[in-house]
Amino acid sequence: MRNTKVRDVILLGCFAVAAVAAPLLAAPFGAGYPDLLVKFAIFGIFAVGFNILFGLTGYLSFGHAVFLGVGSYAAVWSFKLVSVNILPAVIGAILVSGLFALAIGYVSLRRSGIYFSILTLAFAQMCYNLAYSVLTPITNGETGLRVLRDDPRYLDSAVGVLGQSPSLFGLPMTGWTGYYVCAAVLVVAFAFSVAIFRSPFGMTLRAIKTNQNRMGYTGFNSRPYLLTAFVISGMYAGLAGSLMAATDPLAGAERMQWTASGEVVLMTILGGAGTLLGPVLGSGVIKYFENIFSAYNEAQLGTTLSFLPESIHDGVVKTLSLFVGEGWQLTLGLLFMVVVIFLPGGIMEGVMRVFRVKHTPPVKSLGDSAQRDIVGESVIEEMPADYGAHPAPEKALAEAKIGTTAQ
Amino acid sequence: MNNIVLHIDHVHKTFAGLHALADVNLDIRQGETHAIIGPNGAGKSTLLNVCVGRLEPTQGKVLFDGVELTGRHPHEICQLGVARVFQTPEIFGDLTVIENVMMSMLARRDGAFSLHLFSRFDAQHEIVSTAEKVLTDLGLGYHFNHLASALSRGDKRRLELAMCLTQKPKLLLLDEPTAGMARADTNATVDLLKKIKQSGMTIVIIEHDMHVVFSLADRITVLANGRVIAQGAPEEIKGNPKVIEAYLGDEEL
Ligand SMILES: Nc1ncnc2c1ncn2[C@@H]1O[C@H](COP(=O)(O)OP(=O)(O)O)[C@@H](O)[C@H]1O
Ligand SMILES: [Mg+2]
Repeated sequence: MRNTKVRDVILLGCFAVAAVAAPLLAAPFGAGYPDLLVKFAIFGIFAVGFNILFGLTGYLSFGHAVFLGVGSYAAVWSFKLVSVNILPAVIGAILVSGLFALAIGYVSLRRSGIYFSILTLAFAQMCYNLAYSVLTPITNGETGLRVLRDDPRYLDSAVGVLGQSPSLFGLPMTGWTGYYVCAAVLVVAFAFSVAIFRSPFGMTLRAIKTNQNRMGYTGFNSRPYLLTAFVISGMYAGLAGSLMAATDPLAGAERMQWTASGEVVLMTILGGAGTLLGPVLGSGVIKYFENIFSAYNEAQLGTTLSFLPESIHDGVVKTLSLFVGEGWQLTLGLLFMVVVIFLPGGIMEGVMRVFRVKHTPPVKSLGDSAQRDIVGESVIEEMPADYGAHPAPEKALAEAKIGTTAQ
Repeated sequence: MNNIVLHIDHVHKTFAGLHALADVNLDIRQGETHAIIGPNGAGKSTLLNVCVGRLEPTQGKVLFDGVELTGRHPHEICQLGVARVFQTPEIFGDLTVIENVMMSMLARRDGAFSLHLFSRFDAQHEIVSTAEKVLTDLGLGYHFNHLASALSRGDKRRLELAMCLTQKPKLLLLDEPTAGMARADTNATVDLLKKIKQSGMTIVIIEHDMHVVFSLADRITVLANGRVIAQGAPEEIKGNPKVIEAYLGDEEL
């Protein structure tokens, strides 16, 4: 518990430096170009927010892409109706996605575990379908919502600003300035997540993850804590969505598809759920694979491997080509399996092992063993709290009978 | 009547046809230590579960300080001043020992929900120092930064007790606090409970160890098959033929 504040400041400092130096750091990997780095930053924000819910509380949302999509639509509408400045777009997107998260979270959080996940997934699919059907006036359906030359932009026309591509007070959201704006937002978003992790609120979320029963008997009402965490992480997603729209002013419903929701789960687990840096690393790795491996084709592979002897060259290239280009997800899947099997704590666990940092004290329980307790007793206590709370079988049976006779 | 802290009024609890509690009436007086004894499966834990909101009684009601507890959430009951140590320790296994105690102090200070997003948990100095003191008093001093899940069973119980004490409850419910403890540990726990008792706390204790019961209890209630079969001062209970029968019956099983 000592000196964590100093450690956090150092961590944040390093994070900011890395964000600034990212173009140089990523260059050796062939990733030092703004388009990809912008994706790192945006999905980093998305995953950092997702981690506040999943990493701290253990509640696995399978519908977080909804908030990404909602944020994108809100931002594009702001570009159309208010201003090309991204400031109102970002703020609006955060608020609107926060409202969506409030509604979806309020309902979904009535359940936990797999039922919670299914509920969020159901909501996400619902929103996805609505975006293509009833809501086409807002979402513009399959074509996607885009900024047009003759959009009103009331605020801009009032103050006499021209132009239709998003900017931050004139700084264009394309190229390197676009990256640095996104990186600055990422650093702020990361700092906020560090604050949450260290706050009493964050500790309460962790406590919910370990033992929700005890929460009640300790005097905490878990539900509003969970809902707040859900809304905050939804707002992060909305923020990420608005930056997506700002760097590429076209919002489509495919951003809300379940694959997009699954992606952020993978990012968080791959990097290390519940760790501060993990989600950022995880999203970086996945976006890197998506962009670099998918761009690799068989011909390039052939040239790279031309040092191999003629006899095996073609075979090796054929085999490896399954894992690049269209097949990049195969590589990602393998990587994911390796990480989850050997490093259940994700990439961050690997990093910790390398630096030999042990985050859990290796104390093993000595002394009295469970066997000395009356076995039946402890089994009873461990039954779910609502076990037996449903109507007694006779009654249920009687009700069922009434139901059949009524038909 | 106004010195009754907990009033259990004609409580029934049925589990799929099994009468775990049948018409239980019980009054706990201010400042007393009240032991509940009875064979396994008598319904002792169920009775406490009904009191803390873990289970809804099928019939009847429970009043605490004149406030009806039936239908309330566990956190509301806890905030009213009822603390409970479970038969199987319920602690935050993935948090450190001191964090466990701090959580319970946080709930006491800030209520059931509060949004402290920008202060640091480990910078709540008054809470940290009180938690350290309570833990040291309970003999968990050198465990501060160990994970709670790594503690021995006896220590887990002690930790849970520490969490309950820092809630400054008006009523402390203990479900077999010495089960699974070695003799020396049991004696230490009895000494500790005596101290708590002397501080004026109202305590309800479920216990199998008669040595513990007779060294702590002011009054005893005996449960068997979900019914109160005897109630009174320890001396009365000792000689009660019904109690002896209930226990002997259990022995034969
Ligand atoms: N949650 C539950 N669901 C079903 N049956 C239960 C539950 N809790 C207790 N029982 C049953 O109620 C009876 C009383 O149990 P309990 O109160 O735990 O006894 P004890 O006096 O040993 O603490 C037992 O027969 C037990 O099987
Ligand atoms: Mg019991």
